[in-house]
Amino acid sequence: MNQFAYAIEELQQKAKEIRRDIVKMLGIAGSGHPGGSLSVTDILTVLYFHVMKHDPKNPKWTDRDRLILSKGHAAPALYAALAHAGYFDHELLWTLRQMGSPLQGHPDMRKLPGIEASTGSLGQGLSIGIGIALSGRIDKKDFRTYVVMSDGEMNEGQTWEAAAFASHNKIDNLTMVLDYNKFQLDGAVKDILWMEPLAEKWRSFGWDVQEIDGHDVTELQRALQKAKTVTGKPTAIVADTIKGKGVSFMENNNNFHGVAPTAEETERALKELT
Amino acid sequence: MEKKLGLATRDAYGKALVEIGKSNPDVVVLDADLSKSTKTEAFGKEFPSRFFNCGIAEANMVGIAAGLASQGKIPFLSSFACFLVNKGFEQFRMAVAFPELNVKVVTSHGGISVGEDGASQQSIEDVALMATLPGFKVIVPSDEYCTRAIVMESVGIKDPVYIRTGRPKAPIVHSPRTVFKIGKGVLIREGKDVAIFANGLLVWEALQAAETLASQGVSACVVDAHTVKPLDEELIVSLAAKTRAVVTAEEHQSWGGLGSAVSRLLSERRPVPVSCVAIQDTYAESGKPDELIEKYGLTSAHIVKAAQQVIRRKIAGAEKHSCAS
Repeated sequence: MNQFAYAIEELQQKAKEIRRDIVKMLGIAGSGHPGGSLSVTDILTVLYFHVMKHDPKNPKWTDRDRLILSKGHAAPALYAALAHAGYFDHELLWTLRQMGSPLQGHPDMRKLPGIEASTGSLGQGLSIGIGIALSGRIDKKDFRTYVVMSDGEMNEGQTWEAAAFASHNKIDNLTMVLDYNKFQLDGAVKDILWMEPLAEKWRSFGWDVQEIDGHDVTELQRALQKAKTVTGKPTAIVADTIKGKGVSFMENNNNFHGVAPTAEETERALKELT
Repeated sequence: MEKKLGLATRDAYGKALVEIGKSNPDVVVLDADLSKSTKTEAFGKEFPSRFFNCGIAEANMVGIAAGLASQGKIPFLSSFACFLVNKGFEQFRMAVAFPELNVKVVTSHGGISVGEDGASQQSIEDVALMATLPGFKVIVPSDEYCTRAIVMESVGIKDPVYIRTGRPKAPIVHSPRTVFKIGKGVLIREGKDVAIFANGLLVWEALQAAETLASQGVSACVVDAHTVKPLDEELIVSLAAKTRAVVTAEEHQSWGGLGSAVSRLLSERRPVPVSCVAIQDTYAESGKPDELIEKYGLTSAHIVKAAQQVIRRKIAGAEKHSCAS
């Protein structure tokens, strides 16, 4: 049971607050990845405030659900979600990327409560998530492991090694959510390395696949809850998203993949997010 | 010293693993479709629920091990040294070394004594690669006693550990009573003219070399320097101070192995002439292990030559020094 159990409007409001914090954090830090942080915000909000079983006051609780942000460059979204859930002091967010801050440029599990895996080298999170899910199976625990991935990570061979392993071993306590925003660093995915038909690929690897709107919190809730009921196979949720979602001049504008907003842009973005 | 072949170090690993499995329920084992060769198969038969054959997908296997370790399991993962270290290296860096996870990597088919399968299966870079990962301990055991002891000890320490085993039967260089400790060399033979630090199969060659040197009136001490990282600095420095001539010997590329580590240590703390017996920046080929060891310069004769060379340099240095004063 999720201790927040937010209703639809509350989730939408929380997502907006998290987006504001992401923009503000990146504005202060002066570097980082706005586009992929804003595209994944609704996914993380629904997971932390409605779906996952977790206790921010007891981050090492053995029965908790685990979440790995495999697309580690979207760390600001994860940090903001964790701060809002109460894992650490909200004020820490403004130290992102500064020397000595536990909020590293990419997630570091040794430094911050609530981080289940250190990530930042793309394509590794699913394997780590499988290891965590296997430990749950060995220990007969009923927690679930969530791995949030990017479309760029679909390029990585390790992702498909992991996909095959998970279905072969019937790892059904695992949900992969793909933040499918159609861009990677160098440009549109279709111009760099187009992986379509993507849902079919996951299906052919033996996964249960759902395709949804990754900004519709109702759809996200429904898909994530349904995944819990699937037995004998892992679940992939291909969540259609918009890079830079919520800030008009960042939406589908890949210049904001890895460049922080200026002071003026930060102000404009925050105005849009009120 | 009579040559008595014992178990291959990979066999000693496989046996130790089953023992560990009985006493420690947190130990899990992963392999990449080579369990018959790495000898993890026996563990898999005994404890099927704690054994995962990942197929020929090394990168994924390392990531899974990291996930298991993050939850308190103690994963041992095995494959051939060249495949697991090279194909899993980025995952060892990002998912194991960086988050400081308790993963034990035990490879087989280290070095060129793999033999007839040829260069693609022979690992000559693994020690250098694994030693460069912060926090990793790196060990090349010599015989079945050494392997068993190191594998058993590794379970009890929290750090990531790399252990390289070999394919052929390994000559016995220790006794069942020898005491081993990760990070501590084993002084097998005392001597005062030259110190030989060797690991893996080359410990046997070093002992043979010491016999030959003795027949020439040269007294050589021999150390099983099984742990390349952390190096047994005190032992190495003290024996360098005593003998003032050092030879290293390993079944590994000369760049980045035991020789590099010892040379760096001694240049900082006790500069003495050093000669490194190792593979000289080249890949080997198919052949019988003995033929390969000979062609690529790793026999006792090569160690003898290296010892004679450092002793000459020592004497020349002393003469120069006495002329100057």
